[in-house]
Amino acid sequence: MTTTEIAGAPPRATPPLKTRLANNKLLRFIVVRFLLIFPTIFILVSMVFFLMRTIGDPITASQGGRLSAADLAARIEAAGYNRPLLVQYFEYLGQVFSGNFGTTISDNRPVVEVLATYGAATLELVIYALIVAFIVGIPLGMVAAAVRDKWPDAVLRIFAILCYATPVFFAGLLLKLVFSVGLGWLPVAGRASARNELRLSNISDATGIYLLDALRLGSPALIGDVLAHAVLPGVALGLLTAGVFLRLTRTNVIGTLSMDYVDAARSRGVRESRLVTRHALKPALIPIITVIGLQIALLLGGAVLTETTFEWQGLGFQLSRYIAARDFVAIQGIVALLAVIVALTNFIVDVVAALIDPRVRF
Amino acid sequence: MNTQKKGLRDRLRGLPVVHQLRQSVGLQRAMLVVGLVITGVFILTAIFAPLLAPYGYAQIRDDNGTFGAQQEPNAKHLLGTTVGGFDVLSRVIWGTQTALLVMIVAVVLSIFLGVLLGLVSGYVGGWLDRVLVVIADAVYAFPSLLLAIIAAIAISGGQSSFWGGILAAALSITVVFIPQYLRVIRAETVRIKAEAYVESAKVVGASSARIMFRHVFRNATRSLPLILTLNTSEAVLTLAGLGFLGFGIEPTSAAEWGYDLSKATSDVTSGIWWTAVFPGAAIVLVVLGITLVGESLNDLADPRLRTRRKAGSGPALTAETTSVAGGSLDDLVPLSGLEGKS
Repeated sequence: MTTTEIAGAPPRATPPLKTRLANNKLLRFIVVRFLLIFPTIFILVSMVFFLMRTIGDPITASQGGRLSAADLAARIEAAGYNRPLLVQYFEYLGQVFSGNFGTTISDNRPVVEVLATYGAATLELVIYALIVAFIVGIPLGMVAAAVRDKWPDAVLRIFAILCYATPVFFAGLLLKLVFSVGLGWLPVAGRASARNELRLSNISDATGIYLLDALRLGSPALIGDVLAHAVLPGVALGLLTAGVFLRLTRTNVIGTLSMDYVDAARSRGVRESRLVTRHALKPALIPIITVIGLQIALLLGGAVLTETTFEWQGLGFQLSRYIAARDFVAIQGIVALLAVIVALTNFIVDVVAALIDPRVRF
Repeated sequence: MNTQKKGLRDRLRGLPVVHQLRQSVGLQRAMLVVGLVITGVFILTAIFAPLLAPYGYAQIRDDNGTFGAQQEPNAKHLLGTTVGGFDVLSRVIWGTQTALLVMIVAVVLSIFLGVLLGLVSGYVGGWLDRVLVVIADAVYAFPSLLLAIIAAIAISGGQSSFWGGILAAALSITVVFIPQYLRVIRAETVRIKAEAYVESAKVVGASSARIMFRHVFRNATRSLPLILTLNTSEAVLTLAGLGFLGFGIEPTSAAEWGYDLSKATSDVTSGIWWTAVFPGAAIVLVVLGITLVGESLNDLADPRLRTRRKAGSGPALTAETTSVAGGSLDDLVPLSGLEGKS
């Protein structure tokens, strides 16, 4: 089923009996969809495990050459990497199932702790990016649909392709060049200036989401500083998804604009601008909800690059640090953990989509 | 003589891209032409890189001594030099070769494996089909860059020579692409399997392999050109992303834009713009060109999106390719995962 198909007229009211049946189907959909999370996680975790082991044990990979052969063998023995691969695999599956994603080699921290420390920063960045994507993508998509096949439409479509064609790290570097180095309006990197960062990390029950913490402290200067640091990373990452939203909105609004009910509204004398922003937009937004799941996966991948570019101390920044340190246990753990997060978000998004659009669950 | 010429021209018109070029009008034609020109320039640059580049990609000195690091663009180095003392222009030009090679290897590999799996999955059906679809969906929903990182580690331990690096990048991209081909080809195969000519082939007694590769394959691959253009552009982006994170090809083995950008990150802070802007612009241009071609082909194949010629200005032409889910950026939507059940 293509979820991008254009939604038809809003569903009519259904008699009570039918509603009950529909609810059953919805419940069945949610249960089946929930059960599908497990094979998804299982497949991804297994794939990551076996791919990572093709290069041998992680200790030789990261410490080989730095330790003597005897030390190396002792550490491999201690970590259990000398046992048969299948034994290690089942042990790993058991660990993952109980929420243990391993301990990093380079700085000896549990991967789950890395997530707890830096996950909030990545979440904050992804939320900023989604906000940018909505603000930029949807209105521009409506404009493009309204002026379809005229030159502003062409300009907007090229803009959407450019959003896709520009790697986030290059977009980030360009934004830095213009707004930080050139104009000096915004900070170059980091999540807050050094003094404020210290202040925020000293709050007793910090959420880790700097904007929330700053709002709680209530100092306008602090809030301003946090927001100023968020603008460029948010825009760099958000534009990637903005392009997708723009195109989706355009295609679907063009589709709904040719529907009978829109024609009917037009013949009643509803203004063209209102037709686009009201009548055609709402059903056209459903496909956007369904792609958000995939977009979050894309944003997490993009966050690795964005955080590296802006030294944004999140999960992605840590991941690239571990990559540089060749710490393969940490990489495996973080990627496996992200697989779980992606599987869960996709489940939630699918359920929301099913609640909104009845056609999804049938 | 004359008829021969005419026959040749007709055949030329029947070629995929030429056909669409003739079919298109107005803005759509402009976008297609711009895309074709950029892609053409890119391919020519890659082929003639040794002639076009003023210096080698790993060259840091000539007869007058070393180039010097972070030189501003000047007469000798038109686009300046990098922090490592390489000539930026030369590395941008040589980078086209790396990008093109990775694209070709990645697309050939993923088409081969993806089409094979898609045909088998769709034709055989049953539990094999369900398992393959669930795996493909799981892989598809995962951030492709992260998967590519893992694949790059598995293939080369993260750092490599020229061909090692090209293969590592291409294979990691392949892992990400296979599910897309699998899904599209599988969907087509399931549709074609019910066609009368497949039935009759079965009745005649053709083997499963023969039916799959002769009858189904020929008809299921019409949609490939569209996905192909999208995947080549994604290959460039993934290669750059890997390079940016330090999984690229060593600078002495080949020129790679993502690597150059990662080295330029600190330059930007001190206002040195030429080391970042040019390799980045090269990535954007190549992806833009290829995407414009793919987009235009997809639009022309979709009657809802195709701009028609004004009435009376020549006969209406229909495209040979069909538009497919996954064939356009607009269709980047995961299967619900329940697909195998219906």
